[in-house]
Amino acid sequence: MVEERFDAIVVGAGMAGNAAALTMAERGLKVLQIERGEYPGSKNVQGAILYSDMLEKLIPNFREDAPLERHLVEQRFWMLDDRSHVGLHYRSDDFNEQRPNRYTIIRAQFDKWFSKKVQEAGAVVICETTVTELLRNVDGKVIGVRTDRSGGQVMADVVVLAEGVNGLLGTRAGLRETPKATNVALAVKEMHFLPRETIEARFNLKGDEGTVIEAAGTVSRGMTGMGFIYANKECISLGFGCLVSDFQKGGETPYGVLERFKRHPSVAPLIEGSEVKEYSAHLIPEGGYNAIPQLYGDGWVVVGDAAQLNNAIHREGSNLAMTSGRLAGEAIFQLKARREPMTAENLSLYKTMVDRSFVMQDLKKYKDMPALLHTQSQNFFLTYPQLVSKAMQNFVRVDGVPKREKEKLTLKSFVAARSWAGLFWDAFRLARAWR
Amino acid sequence: MAAELSVRIEDKLYQNRYLVDAGRAHIKVREHTVPTPPLLALLTACPARCYELNDKGQVEVTVDGCVECGTCRVIAEPSGDIEWGYPRGGYGILFKFG
Repeated sequence: MVEERFDAIVVGAGMAGNAAALTMAERGLKVLQIERGEYPGSKNVQGAILYSDMLEKLIPNFREDAPLERHLVEQRFWMLDDRSHVGLHYRSDDFNEQRPNRYTIIRAQFDKWFSKKVQEAGAVVICETTVTELLRNVDGKVIGVRTDRSGGQVMADVVVLAEGVNGLLGTRAGLRETPKATNVALAVKEMHFLPRETIEARFNLKGDEGTVIEAAGTVSRGMTGMGFIYANKECISLGFGCLVSDFQKGGETPYGVLERFKRHPSVAPLIEGSEVKEYSAHLIPEGGYNAIPQLYGDGWVVVGDAAQLNNAIHREGSNLAMTSGRLAGEAIFQLKARREPMTAENLSLYKTMVDRSFVMQDLKKYKDMPALLHTQSQNFFLTYPQLVSKAMQNFVRVDGVPKREKEKLTLKSFVAARSWAGLFWDAFRLARAWR
Repeated sequence: MAAELSVRIEDKLYQNRYLVDAGRAHIKVREHTVPTPPLLALLTACPARCYELNDKGQVEVTVDGCVECGTCRVIAEPSGDIEWGYPRGGYGILFKFG
């Protein structure tokens, strides 16, 4: 395969791997990136929303040629019961700005573009190659990788593990554990194609404006889960994810939940008549701060989803991936520039940098949210959506019942379902976990 | 509800692009006579319905439609019920959109 020795090997060409490879190659390091897919992006799945700020730190002028879909001017949150939704809707013309803040993207296309930038910066990118093993010396230091190509050993000073949420290398080498079923969600997604004008009319958009709908409720039958609908230019990304442990216990199927979401009366009209061109599935790290593994060791660092860096509350993953990849690249470059060896002690610089960034600060802020939402799923994803929906219907339906009577009925329904103590503790726990 | 759940997964997978590595399944189910709870969970949890019961009541896997999400690995690898590897480089699911 490749005879030479590299400063760094990056395993994987997703957001984190590309960010790391680009950062190091731009600074003159000799970088080899290995991707198991046919092309960068062919194994990658995301909703997907791109966050400009984190990409600008890597490629300031990305808007010139990146394959972007729509810039987001609107966000809708829906709480669903079987026949209705109660929504929170934010739309602002402020988002029609010179340098929009968020875009919808299609990962296979975006990742190809991102990888081109990595190659232009000087990294060697090899596709259709699976890394099968980390090579270690007698002291246990990672010194390279073995691949499934014949004679496929390559040596490097440091290996950046950007192998994704289901990364096998690091877990097999005992650098971290396989994610637990309680700490990952399984999301399934379909790509629904419709004419551009139809999408714009159905979502009330003009030009390249885009919108995002995020929805949770009775569709998941009490499982901790969330659905999403993202408007792209000529297609709609629609999916639903629930905790793997909930699927394991409950016997619901992922495609059954997706189908229920698609047939919901608030969702069905949006995708009516569409042509589905792909069905995908992916795991999402949901464990938050408490699930983050060791991030560095002798001759290695781990970045992105492989390091479980995902903010499940804000549904941000790719920006944490890009940022952790960039910081790993910067840390490695700094060590290299100072001619320091890639020991665990020295590579702890990467962890220090991640700790100082928004990545760890945000994850720390919500460290108790996963436990709350995962253990109280029946209340938060079934009981409350039903109660809130009934309350709203009671509020808007005009039927001659005096308003004071209606309010009493609504309050009664909440207390009957959750009890005063239950309501109090739910509010208290939610506030404390959010703080 | 039964009607709602009668989704033809084959129709969904038919839209996808795959390069099947014939004869080299990247997932193997450990031989068993009676399936363990983790194995039984895979019958419904796998998003591509790769796992099915054979006529002896054992769980079997057919990886051709696998979307490589890793759900079965998270559920059944810790107990040793399945072995999970990546397909060889270039093989398996090839996402057009992702």
